Amino acid sequence: MEAGLTLGVFGANGAGKTTLLRVLATLLRPHGGRARVLDAELPGEAWKVRGRVGYLGHEPLLYRELSARENLRFYARLHAVSHARVEELLTAVGMERRAADPVRELSRGMVQRVAAARTVLHDPPLLLLDEPRAALDPGAAELLEPLIGRESGRTRVLVTHDLEGGLAESDVALGLKAGRQVLAGRTNLDELRELYR
Amino acid sequence: MTRTALVILRKDLAIEVRTRESVPAMTLFTVTVFVLFHFGLDRDTLEGELAAGVLWVTLLLAAILGVNRLFVSEREQGGMVGLLLAPIDRTAVFVAKAAALLLYLLLVQAVAIPAYAILLLGPDLFGALPELLAVLALADVGLAVVGALVAALAVETRARDLIVPLLLLPLVVPVLIAAASATEPLFVGAQDADGLGGWLAILALYDAVFVFLAVAVFDFLLED
Repeated sequence: MEAGLTLGVFGANGAGKTTLLRVLATLLRPHGGRARVLDAELPGEAWKVRGRVGYLGHEPLLYRELSARENLRFYARLHAVSHARVEELLTAVGMERRAADPVRELSRGMVQRVAAARTVLHDPPLLLLDEPRAALDPGAAELLEPLIGRESGRTRVLVTHDLEGGLAESDVALGLKAGRQVLAGRTNLDELRELYR
Repeated sequence: MTRTALVILRKDLAIEVRTRESVPAMTLFTVTVFVLFHFGLDRDTLEGELAAGVLWVTLLLAAILGVNRLFVSEREQGGMVGLLLAPIDRTAVFVAKAAALLLYLLLVQAVAIPAYAILLLGPDLFGALPELLAVLALADVGLAVVGALVAALAVETRARDLIVPLLLLPLVVPVLIAAASATEPLFVGAQDADGLGGWLAILALYDAVFVFLAVAVFDFLLED
């Protein structure tokens, strides 16, 4: 995949979409085949990939007892990112007023906004996104567009069940069925719907 | 690596201060067991090897509670994925977790030892305090190192509440033997603790071996 493009991953529940994302994120070892991410062969060169991908999965990866700001500062320290970047992102996701509140007190949509900020905190060239707009209202989804959307200019692997929206966002599509690739390249809505039958 | 370990340790301590899940539970457990021994043995005071055995078995069992909860925030809130995705030396995670457990044990013992002296211990502890503190420090390091290792091993397993004691207790038998043997003369009011130096050396050797082992294998434990 060329840099800056979006790969849309489609498939029914259990097709292997999340597993694929976890393999690409170096969180799982591939049982077979080859995976090359950001010019690094997995799993042997996984260390080259860590710190260069932004992963937004089902879990926000935020500690409930810490505030949004504390969570982002924690990850900022792990990624050697400045606190100024944390404040910049809190503003970008519209969370500056609730930044001191513990994550457990935030709504699902607010947590997702903070999780999106965590995902791009270290300015990764590759985003691995699993239903990134889940629980977001249209306003919040628009707010995150420059960070995790096509506007971000980053290479993206996007898992979504929103076929129309996902197809519009994707430059290339990948269809999975029972862990196997059944569709790859440019496609249309009818072909995607077949994946779910 | 030290800087990263401190970052993770600070996060763990902040969560513990807010949730108060580990240290208070471990402390309450320890004092409750002392009370149970008080009534179960129908003795007002203990001394010698029985006193040393009761103290160390109780402290070991309390340590299991801490080990079980050591990775709880990572497991339940996805923090482990966040750590695995960060470009850090994973040994820092081990150092932070072992340091957190060591601090928890020291805090528990700051309450448990005086409580033991009041509730059960016969001989005056004050004269033997420096020697006891040395035994506690070395034994705690061993428990923290092995505890962090076992916690990491069990973190992604379903039956972790069972796996932790099943793995941890056999591994810390040398700590129990050395610590109880070193403590026993201190609990009979003996002025010169016979063989204390030898037992302390064994504890120090145990600590060194498991620190080396943990640093060597921890990275592999965090792999899928």
